[in-house]
Amino acid sequence: MTAYLTDVATLARKDLRLELRARDTLPAMVLFVLATLVVFHFALPQDAGDDAAYGLLWIALVFTALLGLARAWVPETEAGALDGLLLAPSDRSAIWLGKTIATFAFLAVAELVALPAFALFFAGLDAAALAGVVLASVGICAVGSLVSAMAAAARGREVLLPLLFLPLAIPLVVGGVGSSISAEPGTYLAFLGLYDAVFAILSWAAFEYVVTE
Amino acid sequence: MVDRGWSAVSDAALIRVNGLDKRYGTTRVLRDLTFELKKGGALVVTGPNGAGKTTLLRLLAGLTAPTRGSLDVALDRSRLGFLGHEPLLYRELTALENLDLYGRLYRVPERRERIGMLLERFGLWDARGQRVAALSRGMTQRLALCRALLHDPELLILDEPHSALDTDGAALLDDELGARAGRGTLVVATHDPARLERLQTAALALARP
Repeated sequence: MTAYLTDVATLARKDLRLELRARDTLPAMVLFVLATLVVFHFALPQDAGDDAAYGLLWIALVFTALLGLARAWVPETEAGALDGLLLAPSDRSAIWLGKTIATFAFLAVAELVALPAFALFFAGLDAAALAGVVLASVGICAVGSLVSAMAAAARGREVLLPLLFLPLAIPLVVGGVGSSISAEPGTYLAFLGLYDAVFAILSWAAFEYVVTE
Repeated sequence: MVDRGWSAVSDAALIRVNGLDKRYGTTRVLRDLTFELKKGGALVVTGPNGAGKTTLLRLLAGLTAPTRGSLDVALDRSRLGFLGHEPLLYRELTALENLDLYGRLYRVPERRERIGMLLERFGLWDARGQRVAALSRGMTQRLALCRALLHDPELLILDEPHSALDTDGAALLDDELGARAGRGTLVVATHDPARLERLQTAALALARP
């Protein structure tokens, strides 16, 4: 177990180092989510109410995550590095978990910028809404890291990724919006927790079959 | 196919391939391939472009699966070293960072000393802080060789390892392979089999199916 976690940490650290050096994912995610919120601020009618704004927040977050996921496996496909990782003796699910942790870190940074901006433009988020963002982000990154690996190995990856990811993200948007606007957010948070657990286990188990023929 | 030095089925065989077929969609790449390679042997694979050399090596490394037939490599993948057409490196990491990453994943004992020794040996010590993207094709190939040799593999699979290497680099590689002769098992695909003649214990000439 210690060896497995050491491999996960090594792989996640590698992704963070790559991003710090290349800076080709995180700045794009931050700029995108800010630009989207600004557009929504001017597009949404004054009397639209907070519920509509919360819905738009989740659209912004999902598409920001999609932007990051589209770049997630690029370093691995550029010079065959994924083959190098697959040949290494570490458990192949560690590759998925390392990528999921790194993607979650990028999305969390984008959200740290986006949520104060949302509060400034629209409305504040309570503790339940913030918990919803965290839980939905875990699900987005767990599922997204798997489907983006599938898309990266295929032709037409730019088209395939949204086609695979967005249907799987619908329950997360439902749970996220529900936790933001419902009078009883606990149900939605439990739903998000269940989604995270089920899809994280499925993605963890399926990764080896996705990346090998 | 030319067989030279093949043994009958024996317990000492490290690689056993029987009736191997490989297709990509409707394109057949390998057809009914059968051979064995003993532990400590050196198999040189030749053939024209498109004959399936790279596919065979990827099959042996476990990077792709056969369409039909069986393939057994009696070895844990931690004991396998692979050099493909691509360097299997991260372009935005430095030479040192790449080797350190793989050294950690392979749990190489005395990792830093081993990496330093390989970088010195392949003439890359001065370039250790450079990103792979900034290295020349030949230097990248040298670094890819360091990566393949980092964990001192028992089975070394090399796909056209001399490509892109200059005279010095090719000589370094020949020395390294010579030093490993008899100590480990070697499978090399090449267009220059004469270069490996002194090491070769078996040959496989593939033709386009």
